[in-house]
Amino acid sequence: MSTPAPLIEMRGISKSFGAVKANEAVDLSVAPGEILGLLGENGAGKTTLMNVLFGAYAPDAGEILVQGRPLAINSSADALAAGIGMVHQHFHLAPRLSVLENLLIGIPGRSGRIDRAGGVARLAEIGRQHGLTLDPDLPVSALSVGEQQRLEIVKALFRGARLLILDEPTAVLAPTEIDGLFSALRSMAAQGLGIIFISHKLNEVRALTHRCVVLRHGRVAGRVDAPASTTSSEMARLMCGHEIVPPARGPSMPGAAVLTLDGISTSHHSGMALRDVSLSVRGGEILGIAGVSGNGQRALAEVISGVRAPDAGKMTIAGKAVSRFSPSTVQALGLGRIPEDRMTTGLVTNLPLADSMVLPRIGTAAFSRNGLLKPDAIRAFAEAQIKAYDIRCPGPMTRAGALSGGNLQKALLARELAFDPKVLIVSQPTRGLDIGAARFIHEKFLDMRAKGCGIIVIGEDLEELLMLSDRIAVMYEGRIVGTLDSADASVARLGLMMTGAEA
Amino acid sequence: MFRLEARTSTPAWFNLALPLLAIGATLILCSGLIALAGAGVVEAYSVMFSASLGDSYAVTETLVRATPMIFTGLAVAVAFRAKFWNIGAEGQLLAGAVASCAVGAIPMPGPLAMLLMALAGGAAGAAVALIPATLRVKFRVDDVVSSLLLNSVIFYALMALIEGPWKDSFSGYPISPPIEDSANFPVLIEGTRLHLGVVAALVAAPLIWFVVARTTLGFRIRVTGENPEAARYGGINVERVLISTALLSGALAGLAGVGEVGGVHFQVMSDISPGYGYSGIVVAMLARLNPLGVVPAAIFLAAVMTGAEAMSRATGVPAFLSEVIQGTALLAMLVALLFTAYRIRRVGAAR
Repeated sequence: MSTPAPLIEMRGISKSFGAVKANEAVDLSVAPGEILGLLGENGAGKTTLMNVLFGAYAPDAGEILVQGRPLAINSSADALAAGIGMVHQHFHLAPRLSVLENLLIGIPGRSGRIDRAGGVARLAEIGRQHGLTLDPDLPVSALSVGEQQRLEIVKALFRGARLLILDEPTAVLAPTEIDGLFSALRSMAAQGLGIIFISHKLNEVRALTHRCVVLRHGRVAGRVDAPASTTSSEMARLMCGHEIVPPARGPSMPGAAVLTLDGISTSHHSGMALRDVSLSVRGGEILGIAGVSGNGQRALAEVISGVRAPDAGKMTIAGKAVSRFSPSTVQALGLGRIPEDRMTTGLVTNLPLADSMVLPRIGTAAFSRNGLLKPDAIRAFAEAQIKAYDIRCPGPMTRAGALSGGNLQKALLARELAFDPKVLIVSQPTRGLDIGAARFIHEKFLDMRAKGCGIIVIGEDLEELLMLSDRIAVMYEGRIVGTLDSADASVARLGLMMTGAEA
Repeated sequence: MFRLEARTSTPAWFNLALPLLAIGATLILCSGLIALAGAGVVEAYSVMFSASLGDSYAVTETLVRATPMIFTGLAVAVAFRAKFWNIGAEGQLLAGAVASCAVGAIPMPGPLAMLLMALAGGAAGAAVALIPATLRVKFRVDDVVSSLLLNSVIFYALMALIEGPWKDSFSGYPISPPIEDSANFPVLIEGTRLHLGVVAALVAAPLIWFVVARTTLGFRIRVTGENPEAARYGGINVERVLISTALLSGALAGLAGVGEVGGVHFQVMSDISPGYGYSGIVVAMLARLNPLGVVPAAIFLAAVMTGAEAMSRATGVPAFLSEVIQGTALLAMLVALLFTAYRIRRVGAAR
């Protein structure tokens, strides 16, 4: 496309945290009507760069030009005034307030009064323009994740943003929601808005963006002028600095069943209940569970993890019936678990990493005796795993929350795999991870499979499921609607089953 | 223009520097009030210091004063580690005092009496703390509110006791009958009030540190406090941990009352605690919930309390200043805690 005067230009931006150079001499510009992809591994400096642009950090060097004029952006208020809007990965919404009230936060009304009618009109107008419709009176807590994201986008537009930054917007969305988001973004670009789209997912970047900037170790590692005609492996090479080869899959050699569910049903406690779910996973086999989020996957993971007891049905682990559903009993039978949400159900971010790594097994002889901890054993275990899994951190006593997502996922993997689980349950194993970290995780799963571990992978990323799984079961409205051998499955066929159509 | 920026890590020396910073800021802030009361700031603080830490007798008095606050400070520190918001140390202290007084009034050999007083007082405190913990675990009742309000219930129950069945029939004062002489805690240094309970408190702090840092219960308390969901998924029975924490916390606060009855007052009266339970919150916060830090933090507050009385006599500044200092210290510490997560950065003004 032609290059009109850029909406925004960042010149020579550098930003260090202590000894870490998060950004070094980064140049970047976005023209009106342009969708710019910002690519990079975790820790490459994407988020820091955008936080500088949005006024959360002051750069150590460099300047920001807004429509050709240099501007100091010292706060998000400055950024908003300059027409820059940001949709963070974690939303900044007040859950008890309505959609309209959230929109009007921070907007001065006329003589101290909230301009309700004006707000409703603007909201409807934005909705019409870009297909971003929202009910102004619904409380935010009643919105789906996709709708909350829509509200964040509308909020930015409502405040007159001409440049919109989206930080990993698709990580939280289901495939159908992603299509809706993309068409809204294209419509905004068509009307002259500039968009910065941050993502790990190369196929999305190739489908959506006009141009890409690739960051590596805080520097610009490359620029891609025609993403649609550049191969994913070429972009991956720019991001990682080397080729990424998908992990090799050994032949399938399934053994005896290590996990069986027989007629499991749960009540509608929170979210979709399970209805008469039966499945089995054999040793040395990976069973994928596909489905649109919210079709019972969470309940399934909770039952298998022992967090929720089913109302009916039986479960066995390694041939033994589970008589009492609790995380410690299923774990003692040989179940390992990699949670969907690392930060909330997996780790303790404010405590040392070592504590999180021994958490599920603190009561076992490995880490304590007669109620007394074995601090040396705990430390040695954490140190050994940090080394074995190349977890990047200053040491086992580092606060877990200081680690990047990929390293945290490695730590969770290490803590489960160190005890040779017979069955592993995994939810969204690579959500939010970059290519290098995701490949490492996949490789470990395939290693475990070769060692005879049965793995159940719950996911929405169908390509990942197809790559990993021996068989794929599809969940719809709390039931398993069909199970396919991977050889017979395809994205199209699975996608159809996920909507409830018969296989 | 200044701005807060998130820190990626917190240096270790902050743990020591922050409380000192908070105390320094408190003394500076409160000097304004001293000046307002018409006294010399330097003079007032030096009287305060010499009266509380200036000679060996003053030090023993300060230690006696610190003892109940070490216990309540430990009680609060343990509870807050698990995010069991025990604001009820005051009531638990009073319950411990009443129970130990009742036991101490029964004639029996001294050592046995002291042991049973400690057991009864600890059990009474634990029983009181069990109420808000059970309400929270079973019915999701906010523990801040229930434990706080329970303080009034216990206080008026105590009043009913000493105005009623326990009332001194001889003098008619609302005070309980004294405990047996043999149950009085031995004085360790002749001519001072330094009693056995002081040593118990100084031993309790490292013991509780050990429990929190080196036992599986302590591990579960820490993990439950920081992330109950991860704890639950990790096989920890979160409800049971909260109940255990409450029992431990309440027992510690109860022991504060035992020490006051056995070592200082030898009976129960309405003002047996000048708010030691609430001071325990300040102590625990100044200690950053570290049981070892509770000792110096409690000694600091005790020094302020004993020092403020002397300062009041010498300079005419009201002794209420000690409470102002306590409150200011808590606020200063809360502000100082901000610096563990953020740092201040100077930025240029927006054009």
